[in-house]
Amino acid sequence: MIEIKDLHKSYKMGSNSLHVLKGINFKVEEGELVAIMGSSGSGKSTLLNILGMLDGADSGEYILDGVPIKNLSETKAAQYRNKFLGFIFQSFNLINYKSAAENVALPLYYQKVPRKERQEKALKYLERVGLKPWAEHLPSEMSGGQKQRVAIARAMAAEPKVLLADEPTGALDSKTSYEVMDLIQKINDDGNTILVVTHEEDIAHMCKRIVHLKDGVIVEDKKIEQVRAEQYV
Amino acid sequence: MFNKDRWREIIEVLTSNVWRTIFTAFGVCWGIFILILLLAAGKGLENGIKQDFGDIATNTMFMWTRATTMGYEGLPQGRQFEFKINDVQALRDNVPSLRYISPRNQLGGFGGNNNVVRGLRTGAYNVYGDYPEIINQDPMTVTSGRFLNYNDIKEKRKVAIIGNGVKNDLYDKDEEALGTYIKIQGVNFLVIGTYKKNNSGGGEEGQKEIFVPFTSFSQAFNRGEDVGWMAITANDGSSISVLKEKIVSIMKERHKVHPEDTRAVGYFDLYEQYNRVESLFGALKAVAYIVGIMVLLSGIIGVSNIMLIVVKERTKEIGIRRALGEQPWSIKKQILMESIFLTLISGMVGIIFGAAIIFGINSLLDSVGPVDMFMSPSVSIGVVTGALTILMVSGLLAGFIPAQSAIKVRPIEALRTE
Repeated sequence: MIEIKDLHKSYKMGSNSLHVLKGINFKVEEGELVAIMGSSGSGKSTLLNILGMLDGADSGEYILDGVPIKNLSETKAAQYRNKFLGFIFQSFNLINYKSAAENVALPLYYQKVPRKERQEKALKYLERVGLKPWAEHLPSEMSGGQKQRVAIARAMAAEPKVLLADEPTGALDSKTSYEVMDLIQKINDDGNTILVVTHEEDIAHMCKRIVHLKDGVIVEDKKIEQVRAEQYV
Repeated sequence: MFNKDRWREIIEVLTSNVWRTIFTAFGVCWGIFILILLLAAGKGLENGIKQDFGDIATNTMFMWTRATTMGYEGLPQGRQFEFKINDVQALRDNVPSLRYISPRNQLGGFGGNNNVVRGLRTGAYNVYGDYPEIINQDPMTVTSGRFLNYNDIKEKRKVAIIGNGVKNDLYDKDEEALGTYIKIQGVNFLVIGTYKKNNSGGGEEGQKEIFVPFTSFSQAFNRGEDVGWMAITANDGSSISVLKEKIVSIMKERHKVHPEDTRAVGYFDLYEQYNRVESLFGALKAVAYIVGIMVLLSGIIGVSNIMLIVVKERTKEIGIRRALGEQPWSIKKQILMESIFLTLISGMVGIIFGAAIIFGINSLLDSVGPVDMFMSPSVSIGVVTGALTILMVSGLLAGFIPAQSAIKVRPIEALRTE
């Protein structure tokens, strides 16, 4: 599903440049649930941004579902993001003047899905994350866990190939974190490919594979025994 | 464009900070308000001045003779001469694009002695010997009876059309003027009509004139073939200012005046005067536009400023939208439409306020009666459309820089978790 070869990325900071990714190679198959771990500054967020086409790589290959991602115009990148990727952020990033249902429907709007169908789909995905009764509520009326579940519903609404989660539990207490992870695991059980960036060991162990990043290189890449989040909920 | 979701969003954004939106809108509203008021005031002044020109055909010149200032063909300098009645035919033959040529003779004049008598009453009036066409050049409304016609001219009838002012002086209030006689310098004329001039141009003077047939006038007052002066109107397509050179030179040739004698034939080009006034108002209008647009500009800059702030405030939101796959141009369009919508709405409010003020002034003018040099200020629908176009364009301009900065938002920067 995802294939990365010899990926380099450096940021210019004034006169000197900061080499953040120093040749990353890895592959993600369909249906995997991968945790990307690393301390801050290890390059995990940069990697996620590149995977999310929010940022470009300096060199190396990135193939997503057989499509080479390279030198995209902003318009094309927006199209691919909409079609291929769903984002889940640490700070939820819901649009606060839109209701939960409208937030979930947003990616569909950009796909020019008709209004009615958009609403139906939004409700369907809200139901899946258990928030159907909250469809008309504004984000400000919800708890952190609920917001993140809306964000997950939104990420899934466009039926993307890959879900990218950037510290999805970073802003949540552990009980809510496990609820969210439980949801992510269930979505993964349905066959969705998910990448989770985290620095929490317990969250990482709820995935099926852990990729360790340190100073811009992968130092460890191992399959693990998945810990189900259900038992903690 | 007529996308329901997009409009909902525009409304949501603009109403999310109502007072800020109102204050921003006020700038534009004020600008267009000033523009409308200035233009209306200019129009009012123009109407007032133009009223003084009255209904007189403006494509007209008046021409008279003066003493020559140069000798020519053996004739001395300082010679007096008169236009003759056959000059009219000569002009008709040589200058085909003339519409009316009215030879005129005149008795009396400003401050003249009493020259008209009726019974025990007397008065001093301008008495004109005229052809029927004069009513087209110096329009008046015949309030009773009729105006001169060609039978009057042909038969040299001693008939007269008197102004309402004359009637008020010489007749009692309810007295019938038609069919009575008035004595003009000792000659009796039958009153066949009364008139009223619509324009206040000549003021009271304009209502105190008497028109008699040209031929009767010449005979009664011993003018022979002489013509005192002429009122010449050109066809609509051609300008009297262009034709006057030719007309004057024909006259000089016919009366043996030196071609370079610029004093011998006097004329007054009404069209030129009118044009001068016209271009004055053109300039006034230009000033109104410039001042108005300048004021509007500061409003526009206000809108642009606020839109920049809105973009800044919504950086994160724009980042989210882009992460979710919104196209850059769609974001740009959104910002531009917000800006245009804001300017248009506030501009319309300004136009409405301006129109209300103009309406107020008009009804005030109506109730206090006419004011010198100012009459019915107004703005045409064309001006309003123009103002709306200006608003549209300025909204576009105001939104342009903010929209540009909105699509420069990098999704990653926007989504940084701070």
